[in-house]
Amino acid sequence: MEYPDQYNQDISTNKAVHIYFAQAIPLITYIDESCLYLKEKKCRICESMCKNEAIDLHQISRKMELKVAAVILSPGYDVFDPKVRDEYGYGRLQNVVTGMDYERLLCATGPYEGRILRASDKRHPHNIAWIQCVGSRRDSEGDNDYCSAVCCTYAQKQVILTKDHNSGAACTIFHNDVRSYGKGFEAYYQRVQEFPDVRFVRSYASIAGEDPETRNVIIRYATESQGVKEESFDMVVLSVGLNPPADHKALAKTFGIEINRHGFCQIDSANPMVTTRPGIFVSGAFQGPMDIPESVFTASAAGSQCGELLNYRRGKLTTDRIYPPERDCAADEPRIGVFVCHCGSNISRVVDVPDTVASIRSLPHVVHVQDQLFSCATNSMKAIVDTVKEKALNRVVIAACSPRTLEPLFRDTLREAGINKYYLDMANIREHCSWCHVREKEAATAKARDIIRMSVARSIDLEALQEFDLPVNKAALVVGGGLAGMTCALSIAEQGHDVHLLERESELGGTAKRLHSTLDGRDVQADLTKLIRRVYSHPAIHVYTDAVITEATGYVGNFVTRLTSEKGVTAIEHGAVVIAIGAEEYRPVEYLYGEDERVLTNLELGERIAREDDTVSRARSVMMIQCVGCRNEDRGYCSRVCCSHSIKNALKLKEINPDMDVAVAFRDMRTYGFNETYYREASRKGVRFIRWTPADPPGVERARAGDGRPVLQVALTDSVLGKRLAFDADLLVLAAAVIPPESAQEIASLFKVPLGPDGFFQEGHVKLRPVEFAASGVFLCGLAHYPKLIPEAVNQAYGAAGRVLALLSNDIVTVSGAVCEVHERTCTGCGACAAVCSYGAIEFRKAKQGQKAVVNPVICKGDGLCNAVCPTGAIVLKHFTDRQILSQIDALIPESTAAK
Amino acid sequence: MVRVMCSGRIDLAHILRAFAKGADGVFIGGCRLGECNYLTHGNYHALNLVLLCKKIFEHIGLNPRRLQIAFMSGGEGNLFAAEADDFSKTIKELGFIGQADRIGPSQLEAVLADVGRLVPFITIEKHAKLTARLKDAADWENHFSLAEIKQLFDQVASYVIDPAKCQACMICARSCPVEAIEGGKGLIHVIAQDRCIRCGTCLNACPPRFGAVTRIDGGPVPPPLPVDKRTIVRKGGQEGKKSTSTERALP
Repeated sequence: MEYPDQYNQDISTNKAVHIYFAQAIPLITYIDESCLYLKEKKCRICESMCKNEAIDLHQISRKMELKVAAVILSPGYDVFDPKVRDEYGYGRLQNVVTGMDYERLLCATGPYEGRILRASDKRHPHNIAWIQCVGSRRDSEGDNDYCSAVCCTYAQKQVILTKDHNSGAACTIFHNDVRSYGKGFEAYYQRVQEFPDVRFVRSYASIAGEDPETRNVIIRYATESQGVKEESFDMVVLSVGLNPPADHKALAKTFGIEINRHGFCQIDSANPMVTTRPGIFVSGAFQGPMDIPESVFTASAAGSQCGELLNYRRGKLTTDRIYPPERDCAADEPRIGVFVCHCGSNISRVVDVPDTVASIRSLPHVVHVQDQLFSCATNSMKAIVDTVKEKALNRVVIAACSPRTLEPLFRDTLREAGINKYYLDMANIREHCSWCHVREKEAATAKARDIIRMSVARSIDLEALQEFDLPVNKAALVVGGGLAGMTCALSIAEQGHDVHLLERESELGGTAKRLHSTLDGRDVQADLTKLIRRVYSHPAIHVYTDAVITEATGYVGNFVTRLTSEKGVTAIEHGAVVIAIGAEEYRPVEYLYGEDERVLTNLELGERIAREDDTVSRARSVMMIQCVGCRNEDRGYCSRVCCSHSIKNALKLKEINPDMDVAVAFRDMRTYGFNETYYREASRKGVRFIRWTPADPPGVERARAGDGRPVLQVALTDSVLGKRLAFDADLLVLAAAVIPPESAQEIASLFKVPLGPDGFFQEGHVKLRPVEFAASGVFLCGLAHYPKLIPEAVNQAYGAAGRVLALLSNDIVTVSGAVCEVHERTCTGCGACAAVCSYGAIEFRKAKQGQKAVVNPVICKGDGLCNAVCPTGAIVLKHFTDRQILSQIDALIPESTAAK
Repeated sequence: MVRVMCSGRIDLAHILRAFAKGADGVFIGGCRLGECNYLTHGNYHALNLVLLCKKIFEHIGLNPRRLQIAFMSGGEGNLFAAEADDFSKTIKELGFIGQADRIGPSQLEAVLADVGRLVPFITIEKHAKLTARLKDAADWENHFSLAEIKQLFDQVASYVIDPAKCQACMICARSCPVEAIEGGKGLIHVIAQDRCIRCGTCLNACPPRFGAVTRIDGGPVPPPLPVDKRTIVRKGGQEGKKSTSTERALP
């Protein structure tokens, strides 16, 4: 019996007994509610088939009582169901799918194994449309009035993947503002636009029906030049938004917390992890719609706040993992075991696994070969451990997926088996083979054989490497005393660590000093004063103002930073460093800024509003221009905060004088998430929004209004009327870009961390490591990472604190063994290696035979540039030695075929 | 596919080996320029290496299009696939290495082996250019010129020890990273040219007051001193050629 497979959005079927999805954890089968026995007390075949008698059809749910000091709620979100409104045609028209359905269609483990097929005729669609904001940004019944924050970019990702599958596909995105406000998103948007046959159409689009013959979907939309138009598409993807978790009411009741009017958690914008009940924290999208990086740092942030509560119990429940002693096999003949993974069917439906296994058996030194359904499953890893012990294997090749994800896991398996973890090599026959050669099974099988043969050849030359245990200095250094830096410092200090907080200026506060309120009406100055007081009164926080760092040396767990400050010259020893140096407001050179005092930036307007300046209260009309200094050739990125910032100021102006004529000249209004509701409010209160495009930017000149008063005249082309219009403004407010701080380059080179293409600090991984750097022991938060709103900066500051604690709560830290090493005999002391090592890991020491290079393995990051520039091969990157690389190359082309 | 942590780890020897083994093309993928995951910006090095190697190929008569470098981020699988497809197409057009380039298999092997032996020398001579950061793509094509490569191969440095000046002090022999200097105490040193990697360490190591090592650029190397003539007899001894050194004490 087969039932709709929930994981594949009910597009394909599955049995009642199944594994939820290929990478599910734990990776075990379960029985769902479609089971005949559970429904009708029939069948029970599985029970009798299971040799291990592992099936118990009489399990019932149990109540458990756990005593905990803190709770983190991370229930995530639910996806908007377009069936609630008939107009979306979902469920009624076969070729209308949701973004989630489409996601599964794109996936190799999806219903059609990665082929995009439409439901009506199982054919490839060639002309696909996306409708944005389905269920979001709408006032209508059943829809949500907020912006779901992620759909613009996920739709763009789907366009790229569609082009990947079928480069000739025509992709049309119907949108109302493309909200590419995240880090790197604007560049991504630019990239998508460059594809041929990709159209972004700014228009509300509705489903008009379908062609009864072809089942193509007809979309009705408005165009600027041709009025309302109908167009037919092979398939339509509804970019559905984010709903609160379906059981949010029950959840709120159970935990005694309040929820907001949207059904998400009611949070405190000064500390968004805090719910209305002490001790209960929230992370992820239950705070409100958010993307992966925000979700990741709120997770670590909520963890840090639990840490503050529970620090006195830290480590009480942990047990040390005990590994068997490591067998020394340096002198032994290589004995290689090869494990070939089916990855469910991810590999085996393309690569002929049995054939591959057979071909490996005859390779030199291979003493064991087997295939496994999922090598990463617990039972498979146990099989690897047992086989290594049984057959005295001293090299293990796992032919499966990319080492990027599971290499640490398999290395651990080798340790469990009692051999050095560097005796592992992973042959990637999934990403590099089965996934990219779906339609070339034979060639893919041949390629898999090549990949594994190369891996086996390399494994012969692998060596056991030692990792280094380093002591950890328990103090932290936080560079930057703004909102993020102070918040982070406090959370670290609250967990029992000394924190040295450095501020370049003579007082704490950073950019927040110039902000007076948030969109949701908090008094930023009052919050800031409180925060500064807490920082100064905390016994474990040492504040250095007027601080200038003169030198930063050392490495994870053991840094030494020298500085001058109002306290004089200091050398600080610390185990971790957080970079929170903030950002700056762009000083415009356009629109008469600096030439006319009626032209000001958003921050300047905020300050004038706060001090109740006459120029503001007397103004009859105010014009705002968005995207000044960014989303252009000089700075390609979107500054993220300016749209919300302008809305906040516009609302303030309307509060001061409801009759004030306020207009916003925008490109895309990017008031993502709940801020969308303030955009709507501004609109309702009469703030006018006029769109401009880079091809036709606003013009500003000094002029006189009809009544003779001197004004700034802003000329704009109205896209609807197609005419250039003139607006008279008493004040012109520029939404000036947020730009990287001037000192970014200097701080980056001091702590040896990279800056991204936009000049902000480049985190370890955009999605998954948003507060860490590739260099261990260095962390990041606040605007130095990317422009962000205050609640987001607080989220990230706590997030960084959480990661700092994960380091500082250990007594030792282990660093990789795959680093460089110098063979003193062959080193000529030429210095080529040291010249290319930007980490400064190589120094020269006087030896018997002159100057010789020496690598500090703790500082070395293992890139191996030194190895390539060394003329004598004296400096060697372990684990990637010439011999290992050449063995791989040699194995690719066997002698027999080389002579062609 | 050979995985390295940074494209800057790739060595000229690796590329040559692949071609010597019969590969018809070599493709190098690196991060986008200026977006190094490390601090070291090794992808610029990889670019220089490819530019150099392409010129060497032109010099020896192989089609430089057999070597390709492309830059992409870890998230740009589609770009990688497109580049790989493109490159496969190029290689299919070019045909089998050697055949299409009209170089016989043995000749190809020999010529690649010749270049291979010069890898350390090339690494030293072109160190500055190989580690430069060419931010402007307009500078790529002329980073290395054919004339420069020709000169590099015509003017290969050799190091020789002047038997008349060698004091058999062992300093150069001990400093030689590849142990290519034959001789011992009391035996005039001779550089085994077949093992020498032309790094010039001996030239720097030989005490200036002896000045026995000289560099010859491109010229013929004098034949090594016969083994039976290498012994130095000191304090009044007249055998061998070392009459000038007899009064001086050895270090």
